Amino acid sequence: MTALLAVERVSKHFRGLVAVDQVSLSVMPGDILAVIGPNGAGKTTLFNMIAGVVAPDEGTIAFCGERIEELAPDERCRRGVGRTFQNVRPFPALTVEENVVIGALLRRPDVAAARRHALAVLDRLDLIERRALPASALTLPDRKRLEVARALATEPKLLLLDEVMAGLRPTETDRMVAILAGLNRDGLTIVLIEHVMRAVMALAHRVLVLHHGARIAEGAPETVVRDPAVIQSYLGAEALG
Amino acid sequence: MIALWRGLAPRTRAWLAGFLALLVLTPLVADRYLLSILTLIFYFAYVGQAWNLMMGYAGQLSLGHALYVGLGAYVAALLWVYFGVGPWLGVFAAIVIAAAFGGAVGWLGFRFGVEGVYFALLTIAAAEFTRIAFDHLAFAGGSGGLFIPYEEGRLGQWWNLRGGQLLFYYVALALAAGGVALVAGLTRSRLGYQWLAVREDEAAARALGIDAFRAKMAAVLVSSAMTAVGGVFYAFYYNNLFPAQIFDIGRSIELILGPIVGGLGTVFGPVVGAFILTPLGEGLIALTARLGIDAPGMKAVFYGLTLIAIIYVRPSGVWPWLARVIGVTERVP
Amino acid sequence: MLHPGHEESARRTSMIWSIYVNVVVQGVLTGLVYGLMALGLSVIFGVVRVVNFAHGEFAVVGMYAAFLLFRSLGLDPLVTMLPIAAAFFAIGFALQASLINSFVGRAEHEQFILLVGVGIVIANVLLMTFGPDARPANLPYGFDSYLIGPLIVDKVRVYSAIAAVAIAAALFAFFRWTATGTAIRACADNLAGAAVVGLNVKRLYAITFGIGLACVGAAGALMVTIADAAPSLGPAYTLLAFIIVIVGGLGSMAGALIGGILIGVSEALAGFIIEPSMKSMFSFALLIAVLVLRPRGLMGRRA
Repeated sequence: MTALLAVERVSKHFRGLVAVDQVSLSVMPGDILAVIGPNGAGKTTLFNMIAGVVAPDEGTIAFCGERIEELAPDERCRRGVGRTFQNVRPFPALTVEENVVIGALLRRPDVAAARRHALAVLDRLDLIERRALPASALTLPDRKRLEVARALATEPKLLLLDEVMAGLRPTETDRMVAILAGLNRDGLTIVLIEHVMRAVMALAHRVLVLHHGARIAEGAPETVVRDPAVIQSYLGAEALG
Repeated sequence: MIALWRGLAPRTRAWLAGFLALLVLTPLVADRYLLSILTLIFYFAYVGQAWNLMMGYAGQLSLGHALYVGLGAYVAALLWVYFGVGPWLGVFAAIVIAAAFGGAVGWLGFRFGVEGVYFALLTIAAAEFTRIAFDHLAFAGGSGGLFIPYEEGRLGQWWNLRGGQLLFYYVALALAAGGVALVAGLTRSRLGYQWLAVREDEAAARALGIDAFRAKMAAVLVSSAMTAVGGVFYAFYYNNLFPAQIFDIGRSIELILGPIVGGLGTVFGPVVGAFILTPLGEGLIALTARLGIDAPGMKAVFYGLTLIAIIYVRPSGVWPWLARVIGVTERVP
Repeated sequence: MLHPGHEESARRTSMIWSIYVNVVVQGVLTGLVYGLMALGLSVIFGVVRVVNFAHGEFAVVGMYAAFLLFRSLGLDPLVTMLPIAAAFFAIGFALQASLINSFVGRAEHEQFILLVGVGIVIANVLLMTFGPDARPANLPYGFDSYLIGPLIVDKVRVYSAIAAVAIAAALFAFFRWTATGTAIRACADNLAGAAVVGLNVKRLYAITFGIGLACVGAAGALMVTIADAAPSLGPAYTLLAFIIVIVGGLGSMAGALIGGILIGVSEALAGFIIEPSMKSMFSFALLIAVLVLRPRGLMGRRA
């Protein structure tokens, strides 16, 4: 079975600073991969390269067996790569429903059909009651769910979630985890950048750890969190005692 | 169209139908002066609507839209003067030429990431460049102007837009109504939603699979084509064209006042804006003339102050507020 | 033995050459004054990030101010330039602090519209006050020129250019070596950082806008020595300022002057080679080219 996403030794430099250093990863359909690491480790840059916002200086990225490094972000979305943003970016002047309809219009050119699909997605993400509110009026947890709903409406095969749990209280985190786990059971492959370990432990099948742009550990969540190199990167050498 | 009508709330339908009926029947009671004012209102409602499409919905600021009025006007007028081609055919050529220019401006801007104020400057430069170029086009009359001759024998040829005030009144009304219908339809389509997304946040729109370049190009092409039709009307209504007037940046600004005062990104905003500004402006001129004050810049000062007041106090325009007051909503629930 | 034809063509070549040199020098001198006007725009746009679409109209007000002072009190614009600049500083300060400040964070198109409105009001108030005809300031030495070799340069242009450079130099010194100037540059570089370290951003913005308008007022006073004041000139000068700023590079003071020289020379040459009424076409084409190909201009910083 071919990997859904195969990232092969990608690197990115920004004028002398190495943001991502020869990182490889592969994700099978149905996987949930969590990418963790201290701030500045290069996680969002990696995401931006997969999503097409930034071009890698080296390396290749293949999606469903096809190379996609040259493709624009909108083309990648059409192929099935959905993403959310770390700083949520709803369309502020539009209602919650309209936000999601725009996502749904990708696969359903008929506006009425898109609207039906959008409402189904909103229901799944527990936002159906707020559908007529302007997006700018939502609380942060709701905005995060809107961000996911919107990306989900494009019916992606792979969903890239950038710190979707940040700023959520534990109950809200659990709610989001439940929603994502349900989506994964229904066939959605997920790669998520996360700091909230509660979510990582609950969701991830595998964890990839980045530090200074390079991979320092990869494996099952329980193994990775006990890896000395990982502990050192987060807490410093003193933490190893 | 029918779907559009069905999509409206009954109250909105009533207001709309009543208003249209009123306008259709007005010539029965109005004198020529009033009809000419209304014709002007309809004209500005129409070209304002065309600009509103590009700015209010797609979020691309053009401050050189007079370019498309001028191109539409000149193409149709030249075809008539030189080849006897009537405006109903000439309008197609006008649309093609204007859309080509619009497409060129759009391509230069969108392909090379020229945005915001820089894009606005690009549009101004394009209009100014064309204005000076037309000053030197001998076959188009140069700076001396192009004139559509008055031919008594042709009076009554409505298909050649030769006629009196009444003819132009109804043509302008049809344009304004058609413009409203076109924008209402487009903005509820998939393309309309894509425009909104691009306007609100282009990067987020692209992350949802929207080809932002294509969406923006569609906006500028439709907008410029639509504006050109207004230009054709202008040519046959006024019968004289001067590059220094028709391509002038003052005209570009004049046509954006209505949508801004009325309400950007709304279907009825440009209409409301035109209905507010034009009569007040003309009224001011009439008033100062009656009082014997000779103040050539008075109307413009008034427009300038109105612009400042609206953008300061109610930047979303008068229509959204008015709509709430009379109880109609624009967005289809 | 020299063929008589050779002598004739040699003389003609040197004559054409000296005409070109004169055109270029005139372009440079005029361009420096335009550069001063553009400097004002660059300062405002670069720091406050407001698009001053009324820039040209303010310049025209400066022209009329100098014109009035000359007509009524016989004062040379080169002298009245300074009090006019001071008055414009006050106006700019007040305008920014009161009206424009509330627009700083708002959508770009709202800013333009505001200043477009201001420009329309200014231009038409001038129209109502002075009428549409162009008003020249006929300086007593207005037709005098310096003769340096093949060059024939108008004294007024030389003086104006020197004044423009002097003001630009003073401004450069202000931004480089004074505390306020450095604080303003900090605002331009990193607004959040500036606020965090306690800089009074609103006051600094007002000062900057005042400085920008002071440049414009001074430039206007200088421009009336070489052009006639007319209310309709506003938009043309606004566009000219934008072209210079974009070609020369946003945020660069030297860029504004260099851009001014470049545009001044190219317009002078275009007007001479092609045709006077077409000289602006070249500038607009240049603007389009720069916007598309190298938007940060010649000396602008990377955005």
